Amino acid sequence: MFGPGIWPFGRMTDPLSEILRLRGEMNRLFSGAASPFTEEFPVINVWVGKDDAIVTVELPGIDRDKMDISIVGDTLTLTGTREPETLKEGESYHRRERNSGKFTRTLELPFHVEAGKVEAKYEKGIVSITLPRSEADKPKKISIKTA
Amino acid sequence: MADEKRELQKEQAQTPTQTERTRNTKVYIPKVDIYESKDKIVLIADMPGVDDKSADVMLENNVLTISGTVEPTAYPNHSMGYAEYDVGDYQRSFTISDEIDRDKIEARMKDGVLKLTLHKAEKSKKKISISTD
Repeated sequence: MFGPGIWPFGRMTDPLSEILRLRGEMNRLFSGAASPFTEEFPVINVWVGKDDAIVTVELPGIDRDKMDISIVGDTLTLTGTREPETLKEGESYHRRERNSGKFTRTLELPFHVEAGKVEAKYEKGIVSITLPRSEADKPKKISIKTA
Repeated sequence: MADEKRELQKEQAQTPTQTERTRNTKVYIPKVDIYESKDKIVLIADMPGVDDKSADVMLENNVLTISGTVEPTAYPNHSMGYAEYDVGDYQRSFTISDEIDRDKIEARMKDGVLKLTLHKAEKSKKKISISTD
């Protein structure tokens, strides 16, 4: 149901090829030989820091109002619609490779997010979302007392 | 119609790929939509990470090349936790026919999408009358 969780981060040597391999394997396992490889849209990268995570999404040419970012606990959901070009009469497609239509991506983060402090920006067709770790979720240092 | 289609069905032009690049980055083929109407051909390419300054459109002889350079964003004190895409430059070439007016190619770049409008040249119509003996 959920998208990929990013535990255990930092363990993969080549994240991209590892993910692609895993995805291919999962597709073979669950969807039978007949169904083709489905492409994820949009594609996501996650950068993890000590106190926050940065999620970047390649989503060129989207209407800012038609995109929705929501956070519940440690789960980030990105939904939206990418409108296809409306053709006038007499126009016809020769090629149609760009993805369009509705999309939903869900991502589980390694920590709970301070939802009120999330920042998102859209630049050059890339959405970048900064997700700060919630105070309650941060590790606490416990001092040891001597008796 | 068949003739019009053929002019755009090229995966990659040979000319740019045979030259070597000086930048040490991966190069991706951008996804494109191409549609045609009576007076123009419109080409739309997805190039996330590219803006109007880093995009380039070149027309040499019959080869139209679109390219874009992307500077990877570095996040200090962050490590890559999960990845579905890799960052690199974009390049793709198309051959265009003589039908296109070379001086009237419009290019627009917005939100990582390049839109090219290629206007067709006004053809001089000539009707040839056929006579009987």
